[in-house]
Amino acid sequence: MRTRLYLIRKEFIKIFRNKFIGRAIFGVPIIQMLILVPAVTFEIKNINLCIIDKDMSSESRELISQLEGSTFFKIKYFTFSETEANDLLHSNKCNLILQIPSDFGKDIVTGRPGRLLVSANAINAATAQLSWAYLNGVIRDYNMNILVKNVGTQASASIPQIQITNRYWYNEMLNYKYYMLPGILGILVTAIGFLLAGLNLVREKEIGTIEQINVTPIRKYHFIIAKMVPFLLIGLVDLALGLVLGKLAFNIPFEGSIALLFLCSAIFMVAVLGLALFISTFSSSQQQFMFVAFFFMIIFILMSGVFTPLESMPLWAQKIDVINPLAYLMRINRMVMLKGSTIHDIARDIYSLIVIAIVFTTFAVSRYRKTA
Amino acid sequence: MQKVVEASGISKKFGETQALKNISFEVNEGEIFGFIGPDGAGKTTLFRIITTLLLPDEGEMKVLGLNSKTGFKELRKNIGYMPGRFSLYQDLSVEENLNFYATVFGTTVNENYDLISDIYSHIEPFKKRLAGKLSGGMKQKLALSCALIHKPGLLVLDEPTTGVDAVSRSEFWDMLKKLKQYNITIILSTPYMDEAMRCDRVALIQGGQILSIDKPQKIKEGFSKKLFRAKASEKYGLINALRQYPETVTAYPFGDSVHVTFINDKFDNSIFMHLKKMGIDDAIITETEASIEDRFLELMKKA
Repeated sequence: MRTRLYLIRKEFIKIFRNKFIGRAIFGVPIIQMLILVPAVTFEIKNINLCIIDKDMSSESRELISQLEGSTFFKIKYFTFSETEANDLLHSNKCNLILQIPSDFGKDIVTGRPGRLLVSANAINAATAQLSWAYLNGVIRDYNMNILVKNVGTQASASIPQIQITNRYWYNEMLNYKYYMLPGILGILVTAIGFLLAGLNLVREKEIGTIEQINVTPIRKYHFIIAKMVPFLLIGLVDLALGLVLGKLAFNIPFEGSIALLFLCSAIFMVAVLGLALFISTFSSSQQQFMFVAFFFMIIFILMSGVFTPLESMPLWAQKIDVINPLAYLMRINRMVMLKGSTIHDIARDIYSLIVIAIVFTTFAVSRYRKTA
Repeated sequence: MQKVVEASGISKKFGETQALKNISFEVNEGEIFGFIGPDGAGKTTLFRIITTLLLPDEGEMKVLGLNSKTGFKELRKNIGYMPGRFSLYQDLSVEENLNFYATVFGTTVNENYDLISDIYSHIEPFKKRLAGKLSGGMKQKLALSCALIHKPGLLVLDEPTTGVDAVSRSEFWDMLKKLKQYNITIILSTPYMDEAMRCDRVALIQGGQILSIDKPQKIKEGFSKKLFRAKASEKYGLINALRQYPETVTAYPFGDSVHVTFINDKFDNSIFMHLKKMGIDDAIITETEASIEDRFLELMKKA
């Protein structure tokens, strides 16, 4: 026991003796959160619209004024030339072109369906899709108006139709900050554990200190535990910092149990640390470790569901996610923080994390060899 | 006398490179046993096998009566190893390093302080200093202290004096001699021939093979020919000229002169005539005693 505590103490001394790392460990997460949480959002405002109104009828003008009234669109350009409009789209000056053909008004009045042509810049597929959806909404409203005008208010009421009223549970205002913050917290904890712990072990190899350690009677798992514990604790402190910051700066709601969140994060950290140490046992240089670690980090983060919903990934990708600890943590964080899930609700995720943690750590301990 | 290390038929290959070839030797208790050989001779590989860091492909290594393969757990408690490269934590202080290694071996600094006091007292005034900030000689003393703190039965030092100044080297050897009173066996390697003379026994090793094992004095005496020392103002020209002399067996530079051997272990006036013809007229040739290095070079040629 004394040896283990001393080993852990040694790691702490070494971490904080490096003045930069000692500060960065706590400073970096704070700065990252302050930047990322407000910056990373899917809300799209100010979609630049270019309109080609070949019709110039009262109907087309009405549609345009409805678009002007929307908060999402900014009508930047009016033109009659398709070439000019396309140039604007190519040069990124507008995101969307709405073309109203010359018969638009006449068609509507005579009861034939009016036709519109929309071109969108889909360099960023998400923006294109969203702006198309917004535009669709405006046109749908406009459609309703035509219906009302042509058939009369009375009549429209008698046409059977379905009225939809939405309510967004767990995040009523669809505040992206609430959505992002639990995810960013997960990423921060990952970075601390994965990179620092892994590099720490590889550095011992590079400097040669491990050679001296290997001749000592230290047990393999003591050594691995001593490498894990300090970063586990630092990760949890960072998590606490992040939560406090989330409350103070972004007024993030916290519905569930804080203890549960910490428990899950601790299990998650063991998994990530285990993998990091496993990678470092077969890396002979910090460069090599960084390269492999980066590979895993990117996959873990982008496939964790922090930015894009897991359900929209292809099935094979979802299967890969079975071993992605960050995917579990992301779900747990959001469920606990926004929904107030209890330990029973997320039991499956917790069990999975525990299994991953055990497997990775076992890998690390068994792959670490004191004798070559 | 008890055998501390018994190596029989040790071989080790790294890919295509044969690092050690069928090596056998024994080290007695309380001995200072030196391995002398050029870089790449296999010294570090051999030491890593002795210290249980590496398993031999073939052969058996018994250390302190234990098989290095099966008894490594017991062995590690009883070996002190100082790798060739400074391997203590540079970002821990002198004191912290010492405490760390004491704890790791399940002991305390106080318990074995008398063993290291001689050495440690030199660096104790700097105990708060980070190990990485120490000078070469002090680093080496700290490393030795850390390797000794658990009172090991066997101390393995891989080129402990490389890169250390002459005064510190001499001090270091005095310390090693003092350790004999604690009956600690020491195995070390060195590239310095003068240090070889201070060992109880030395093994000359080259290309993964041991050329000779004996007391340094005996090794010196093993030189098979009479050795002569030639000197002239132009050393390079002298070597070339001597090598072209038909009676010459070997001629190689040694310090500021040239060491030569002749077929019949003697020379006559004809050599000076030969040298004069080659443009060297100030040559002086005298008989000299062979050093361990001469014997080593002779053995290397034969091997």
